Amino acid sequence: MATTIHEPPKIEPRPQRDNGNGGWRNLVPADGDRRMVQDYSPPPASTGIWVVVYAITMTFAALTSALIVRKGSSLDWQSFTLPSILYLNTALILCSSVTLEIARRRVATFMGGVALPGESPARWLYITLVFGLLFVAGQYVAWVRLRAEGLYLATNPSSSFFYLLTAAHVLHVLGGLAGLLYVIGKVRKSQLRRSTLDATARYWHFVDVLWVYLLLLLWMKL
Amino acid sequence: MHDVSAHAAQHHAPPQGFIRKHVFSLDHKVIGKQYYALALVAVFVGMVLSWIMRLHLGWTNLAIPGLHFLSKNGAPGDIMTPEYYLQLMTMHGTIMVFFVLTTAPFAAFGNYFLPIQVGAEDMPFPRFNMMSFWVTFTAFLVMMSSFFVGDGPTLAGWTQYAPLSAVGAVAGPGQGLGEVLWASSIAIFCVGQLLGSLNFITTTLDLRVKGMSLMRLPLSAWAWFITSCMGLTAFAVLMPACILLILDHVAGTSFFVPSNLVINDQLQPHSGGSTLLWQHLFWFFGHPEVYIAIVPAMGIVSHVLITNMRRPLLSHRVIIGCMASIGVLSYMVYGHHMFVSGMNPFSSLAFSFPTLIITIPATMIVLMWIGSLYGSRLRINSASLFALGFISMFVTGGVSGFFLAQPSIDIMLHATYFVVGHFHMVMAVAAIFGIFAGTYFWFPKMTGRMMNETLGKIHFWLSFVGAYCIFMPFHYLGIAANVRRYQAFVDEYLQPLIPVHRFITVAAIVTGIAQFIFLYNLIHSRFWGKPAPDNPWEGTSLEWSTPTPPPFDNFGGKHPVVYHDPYQYGVQSSTGDYVMQTSPEQVVSEHEEK
Repeated sequence: MATTIHEPPKIEPRPQRDNGNGGWRNLVPADGDRRMVQDYSPPPASTGIWVVVYAITMTFAALTSALIVRKGSSLDWQSFTLPSILYLNTALILCSSVTLEIARRRVATFMGGVALPGESPARWLYITLVFGLLFVAGQYVAWVRLRAEGLYLATNPSSSFFYLLTAAHVLHVLGGLAGLLYVIGKVRKSQLRRSTLDATARYWHFVDVLWVYLLLLLWMKL
Repeated sequence: MHDVSAHAAQHHAPPQGFIRKHVFSLDHKVIGKQYYALALVAVFVGMVLSWIMRLHLGWTNLAIPGLHFLSKNGAPGDIMTPEYYLQLMTMHGTIMVFFVLTTAPFAAFGNYFLPIQVGAEDMPFPRFNMMSFWVTFTAFLVMMSSFFVGDGPTLAGWTQYAPLSAVGAVAGPGQGLGEVLWASSIAIFCVGQLLGSLNFITTTLDLRVKGMSLMRLPLSAWAWFITSCMGLTAFAVLMPACILLILDHVAGTSFFVPSNLVINDQLQPHSGGSTLLWQHLFWFFGHPEVYIAIVPAMGIVSHVLITNMRRPLLSHRVIIGCMASIGVLSYMVYGHHMFVSGMNPFSSLAFSFPTLIITIPATMIVLMWIGSLYGSRLRINSASLFALGFISMFVTGGVSGFFLAQPSIDIMLHATYFVVGHFHMVMAVAAIFGIFAGTYFWFPKMTGRMMNETLGKIHFWLSFVGAYCIFMPFHYLGIAANVRRYQAFVDEYLQPLIPVHRFITVAAIVTGIAQFIFLYNLIHSRFWGKPAPDNPWEGTSLEWSTPTPPPFDNFGGKHPVVYHDPYQYGVQSSTGDYVMQTSPEQVVSEHEEK
């Protein structure tokens, strides 16, 4: 049986930039000399993904406060049991984080120049992609089941928030899936930057944690 | 400067073709100009709307020729209906706040000058940057389209208080499709601003050149950075709020509409919603929005004043600290807009206290400006005049804020013209003076031409005197209990105030016409102005070390190296009384902070 050996890619070299005192770490230069220069700056993707995570956190914080205020403002709130498939979906997205972490380490090793005998560097990325797609499909099934029970968007504020929060989260998961496809494309072309991979992984882990938070919120409040 | 190879110096290739150069451009400078052009169009639209409203307030039932072309139902026989007055008022506020005061000082100047001031060749995510503008432009088109659909734009005010904004067409003209267009436009606008903030923050943190520590950033760059942090928080909350509003409208949900609400004899098919919830979500954005407009102007004014004073401010770090404090505190004070909303009176106290606290950093900044101006030999030009005008407006508007920060007084003044005078002074006119200061100051760098100084000074004095003539009487009207948001004043006790309204209307028209002097100066100078040197104001920051106008990668394939604090003025050097940040010449400044 033939063994395929995937050669390490020709990684696009990071541009030589004269970023000196760039980076928040240099708020106070180490030796106190303000004319000191250093050649370090974090890549923008690393900073940028934290900015994105912060903005999304604020959005869901606003929706959470809206839910709490709305529930307390009137007596019309009707609780319902969450569709059980949500727990399976939770397992799926947790698994996807594990597989993505494996992928991140494998690809990082691969980019470091170590050949991976018999294994495509993108293999675990594909597995993560499948888990992500299954999660989205599972959320759709949850919506269908609720509809079958007669719970629509406007039926009750509890169902309104359920659809709103889960749909908003799925939109962010779809953004993560697009990011994964982008990373897979870059791996296949041997053009991936480490910072892109790390940023995508951080985002994916974030939407994973966000879902766990939302599930707890829905479980407690609906 | 360090030479670097072309591929290393540029985020993207030089643009080719008209579309890539001027329309869907990735160049932050072009995007900055596009934002400026958008704000310019928006401000004239907003100004014309204010003229129409002012004419109606001064002379009720006055036929305004041609008004029926804007709306047949809203202005039959060219006479404005009460509802149409509210629709124009809503659009005036919305256009001015979102598409002028947010767009020009932050997105326009910030896009153009932030990367240059940190020494970068562009923003780190140029495609997101391009999307940011085009998304904002789309939001503007959606907003403007509401003039021409159904029965016109929404009449619920720029604050869009529920339940009026959430129940649909039954609430009045424009509350059907017009309302949905408003909420959609603002949600789209939020996306644009979030994309912009992402670029501003990463540019400031990650793309600074060698030697550019955070404390060496000019104050304008600091102001844009702080504003982008505020915008990131505020717009991320307003966007879901708008989505909830749209859902109440089109999907029959009940987030903001209470039970048993009867409008026009119709029981509304909603239950249990919270009208206060909208106010909380809106003002969590709305109050920081005031600072999103004013902090960039503070940075611009500081930058302009320092260059023209030929000395740094008393403390660079204190100004930065104060601007950052304002940014943080702005999220703790928003409830002072809701003293009369019916929320718990103890909440009023909780919001009143930080409202008074926030005046401390604002006052410190003003004292820094005034203390630094004292004894300086200020170069009087259009930019420095508008910077001084900004301080005047900010102080005047700020002082009236002390009154409104106290719930017991605010309850009396809240629904009156006192509030209109306050926020127009402190937020609108002050920020617009900041925009003017920035325009006269940076126009040479942006276009390679000088603006006409004589016209600039005439423009300043007419605007300065005009703004006081318009907005100071509002305070008097408010104290005399003249209610705001009314389209006509028919009560007997208001009749003696009508001449004041007429005076304001005349002042508004004259001041508005003066803005055409600026427009003429802007357009004429762009094509026929005197050619500008690279550093016409003898500035020290990095934008003055580039060619005029800057090449597409800003520094011509080189990366500058920074050796100095941003404001090395009042020194003895080979170039005169200043040392540019990029000059390796070592000088000792009497002003340098230890």
